[in-house]
Amino acid sequence: MGLLAYGDTGWGDELFFATLMTIAVAITAIFIGFLLAAIFASFKLSNIRILNLIGSFYTTVFRGVPELLVIYLFFFGSSGAVMYVAKIFGYDGYIEVNAFLTGALSIGIISGAYSTEVFRGAVQSINKGQFEASEVLGLKKKFYYYKVIIPQMLRLALPNISNVWQITLKDTSLISVTGLVEIMRQSYIAAGSTRDPLFFYSFAAVLYLFLTFLSLKLFNNLEKHYSKGY
Amino acid sequence: MIESFPRLLNATILTIELTLLSLLFGVFVGAFFAVLRTSKIKILYFISYYYSYIFRGTPLLVQIFIIYFGLGQVEWLRESFLWVIFKEPYSCAIIAFTLNTGAYTSEIFRSAFETIQKGLIEAAEGLGLSKIHVFFKIKLPIAIKQSLPAYGNEMILMLKGTSLASTVTLLDLTGVAKHIISTTFRPVEVFIVAGSIYLLMTFIIHNFIKILEKKLDYSK
Repeated sequence: MGLLAYGDTGWGDELFFATLMTIAVAITAIFIGFLLAAIFASFKLSNIRILNLIGSFYTTVFRGVPELLVIYLFFFGSSGAVMYVAKIFGYDGYIEVNAFLTGALSIGIISGAYSTEVFRGAVQSINKGQFEASEVLGLKKKFYYYKVIIPQMLRLALPNISNVWQITLKDTSLISVTGLVEIMRQSYIAAGSTRDPLFFYSFAAVLYLFLTFLSLKLFNNLEKHYSKGY
Repeated sequence: MIESFPRLLNATILTIELTLLSLLFGVFVGAFFAVLRTSKIKILYFISYYYSYIFRGTPLLVQIFIIYFGLGQVEWLRESFLWVIFKEPYSCAIIAFTLNTGAYTSEIFRSAFETIQKGLIEAAEGLGLSKIHVFFKIKLPIAIKQSLPAYGNEMILMLKGTSLASTVTLLDLTGVAKHIISTTFRPVEVFIVAGSIYLLMTFIIHNFIKILEKKLDYSK
């Protein structure tokens, strides 16, 4: 267990901070995904055809293309894109875009494609009567959305959101190819310098299992909370 | 740019190969563990349960790294005849993919068997069909039909998963795409070409499953 010692002699502290990094990237990514999903789900639900098409294009592409390819696109593409914009403003140097940002963005866009489908399904599953009843009761639109529609939506969407979270969490391991020091990258570094890949990759697997186990517990509690009335 | 197109198409062959082989082996692994899951012997049940729990709870990248980089460290494995298999990235990738898709497939099969109505089985038994007949003529066809939509998704996930073969030096579609991007610095164009090839394959799988579903729809 000396390999996992906290401090200079072992890899315990490095792996601890790498785990925090994985969590940070995953949370940032899933919120970027939610933001995109809110936009694209409303596109998919709208009556305007071109918006429908844009929504479908987004979900088809980012659910059909491998995550790794999307990450390479952003990894190699982002600094080029930023430098292009900077050139317009007269800056001519090399700009390196933050690995955390490109990672969270690429995973977020993929996660958003899955969330879009979840949000769309959740809205569609609410009974029309709920909207009508709220209006008949004279409730304001803003009020009944927050107090009537969204709580019901959350109950139905939570199991699926839990799934998207698990996918997003596991996808963050792919960001290691860009050099961001999360669990996989740190294990790679540790495995290289100690020549003990079996131990460190197995330990990485345990860390991921711990994270997925923990989030499953958390989502179960949330689900219980939101299905109180049923 | 244009001259890199044949290279991408060539790499697609490896991607298809990896996908098909992993899916083929994965079906057997999945069926095996789904059967174990229904076993009344506790230890068999737990083996199946934890197998699927571990492989579904960790990223595929970790699994492929453990098998390719990790197992090479085990002394007795290196000296045994199995080393022929474990020293090659190609076979290691297929083993990792097979075990991964097997875990998901076992869950799909399990839930498909669980949703079969009890009345159907009782009716079949009441008619005097033998256990083997009930399994092959009643349970299996229903379960296959039940699991098709979910299995179609799993096929697409596996296709995307094979892109990780590029992390263990294999030159599949994603691997070649990355190589071209890093030498030409044309990420967008390469992404569009490679992405379209992947989308085309997803589209084919999607429609293949749809046609199968229609064929197996006994209610019509």
